[in-house]
Amino acid sequence: MLVAILSLTGMALILGGLLYLAHRRYTPRFEAAGDSVVDSINALLPQTQCGQCNFPGCRPYAEAIAAKEAPINQCPPGGEATIHSLAALLGQDALPLNPDNGNEAPPTVAFIHEDLCIGCKKCILACPVDAIVGAPKLMHTVIAAECTGCDLCVEPCPVDCIDMIELPETVNTWRTERPAVPY
Amino acid sequence: MAHRTTSGAVLMDAICLHDFPGGLKLDPRKSAQTSRPISVLPTPARVWIPMLQHRGKPALVCAEVGQHVEIGTLLGRADGAFSANVHASLAGVITDISPRIIAHRSGLTSQCVEITASPEQPVCSEFLLEHDYHLEDPNILRRRVADAGIVGLGGASFPTALKLTAEADQSLHTLVINGAECAPYISCDESLMREHPADILRGVQILLHILQVNRCQIALEEDKTAAIDAIKSALEEVADPRLKLCLVHAKYPEGGERQLIQVLSGEEIPSDGLPVDIGYLCHNVGTAHAIFNMVCEGRALTSRIVTVCGDGVANPGNVLAPVGTPIHDLVDYCGGFADGDHRLIVGGPMMGFTVLNDQVPIDKGTNCILVMPESQARELSATMPCIRCGACEEVCPASLLPQQLYYHARSDQHDRLPSLNLFDCIECGCCDYVCPSNLPLTQYFRYAKDQLWLNIQQQQKAGVARERFEQREQRLQRQQQERDEARAARKKAARDAAQKKADIQAAVARAQARKQTEGKDP
Repeated sequence: MLVAILSLTGMALILGGLLYLAHRRYTPRFEAAGDSVVDSINALLPQTQCGQCNFPGCRPYAEAIAAKEAPINQCPPGGEATIHSLAALLGQDALPLNPDNGNEAPPTVAFIHEDLCIGCKKCILACPVDAIVGAPKLMHTVIAAECTGCDLCVEPCPVDCIDMIELPETVNTWRTERPAVPY
Repeated sequence: MAHRTTSGAVLMDAICLHDFPGGLKLDPRKSAQTSRPISVLPTPARVWIPMLQHRGKPALVCAEVGQHVEIGTLLGRADGAFSANVHASLAGVITDISPRIIAHRSGLTSQCVEITASPEQPVCSEFLLEHDYHLEDPNILRRRVADAGIVGLGGASFPTALKLTAEADQSLHTLVINGAECAPYISCDESLMREHPADILRGVQILLHILQVNRCQIALEEDKTAAIDAIKSALEEVADPRLKLCLVHAKYPEGGERQLIQVLSGEEIPSDGLPVDIGYLCHNVGTAHAIFNMVCEGRALTSRIVTVCGDGVANPGNVLAPVGTPIHDLVDYCGGFADGDHRLIVGGPMMGFTVLNDQVPIDKGTNCILVMPESQARELSATMPCIRCGACEEVCPASLLPQQLYYHARSDQHDRLPSLNLFDCIECGCCDYVCPSNLPLTQYFRYAKDQLWLNIQQQQKAGVARERFEQREQRLQRQQQERDEARAARKKAARDAAQKKADIQAAVARAQARKQTEGKDP
């Protein structure tokens, strides 16, 4: 009787300990991880640096998510895909995109109408990724390959010469469509 | 075993004993085209030469409207590593430079140069080598291959010069010349081997010189008897012990680079590796001929042999045509369209794609134009659910699990596909062909691959943006700090100056006070 009780209690303790260790090992524990959490959240964000999430850039938003100060559904450029990957990373439920932050839209790049530009430098100061080149009182232009389409240069322009345009599809950017079949 | 003649040349090699998994025995349907010799297309009235005829970015136009050009005048300069030069394929006047629909799966437009032919057709032979090619430095020859715009003519249009840089890799020991043309209908390589075997072998010797390799296997399918005979007699004449003829079984997709090397060597190319990892390099017979044309005739790559075939064309055949010829001219030359509705398929029945009009120009990679009566085309509406029969897995030449790939691609779980080796899929279409449910498996795989590439590109772009953002933040911080420091320094300087002034004034006051007391004393 006593042997049975002791052995079963012993087994329960050992197995319980193993379960606890497994729990420690396989549950994501972000509180202790610090900066690496911010980094892994930041890696999933689109790096548009547009501020639509109400934070001044992607990293500040990542820091806020890590500190549980902001929900994961405030990034319109990332859209559903980003929300889903954030939800998977953080073990949360995927929320629909918050319409207060904006709606998901096809990617665009800024385009400066160069004949209208007066060279005021305001857009250059606004660009979060230094994708606009130019000098005072001289024409400015956008490095399209570096532009994230954040929209932040449009508002400061005093002569309204910046448009956000969708890049046309070319043979090199074309992607195979999903087959239009029921199966 | 090889039998050697007294001259030392290899006369014959036994049929290759190795095999690759899967594959299909297909009805060749080549007799209609190969029963006639290669015909040369009469100079077309005009051509539209696309600047994008290769992998990579389109070439940059370096000609202008109104310019008179010869055959071989440079029209477009390669833009980036995977791009290639483009040359005029007709002599005449450039009449237009504008985007046109090109022979591409997307059906989208790309920049094309229109040349209207002149009565005379002078040829520019700037690449002619005056002396023996043996005396030329392989590096210079390689640069010339790039300058002449030579790309792989097997269909993938990969710039040949890039594939020749493998010479630096010491592990390379064998050059494979791919004459295995396994897809039904396509017979441009076969006809080339039948009619110009000596030129091909010369091109192969030049390739061996560029690569500094001493072993070459010329692979042909055993059922191409006329081509085998032609190559054999040319080999006897050349008597080069480095060249060896290898016969392989006729099985689709034998002509795939990885499959062919597996058959020749018995080794499989590593999943994420290249043929050179196991010491092999593969070039098409057409490419070898283009190299011969460059070195011995001085010509850039401006024309190619196209198989015009199918039940929708009156007289199928192999036609030598300038790059940029509209498909319409080629079909017309082959007797025109038969009655009824047709589908135009560029690239053959297994791996080709449909183009929507016959004004599309051919490019360097167009090996076949199949005119298929609409009645023979597959009905996509007849797709049924997958019944998990496993037929696709049996025929897959890359030993993949098409059924698993299909399930994940269909449910857009693309991130699971790389671990199922999706990128080893050569898009041969064998699984499509055998699928009893008529599923467009290959298109699903192309779709999934493109989505994965898109993800990778987006991640790269995000990485660059993050770096630039962080650098900007650091710069702004640094500038702010510098400004603060400068301000503090100015403040300190002002304070110091005031202190100094006060000190001087105090000293002056002291001096004056002393003077006054000294004045009173005496």
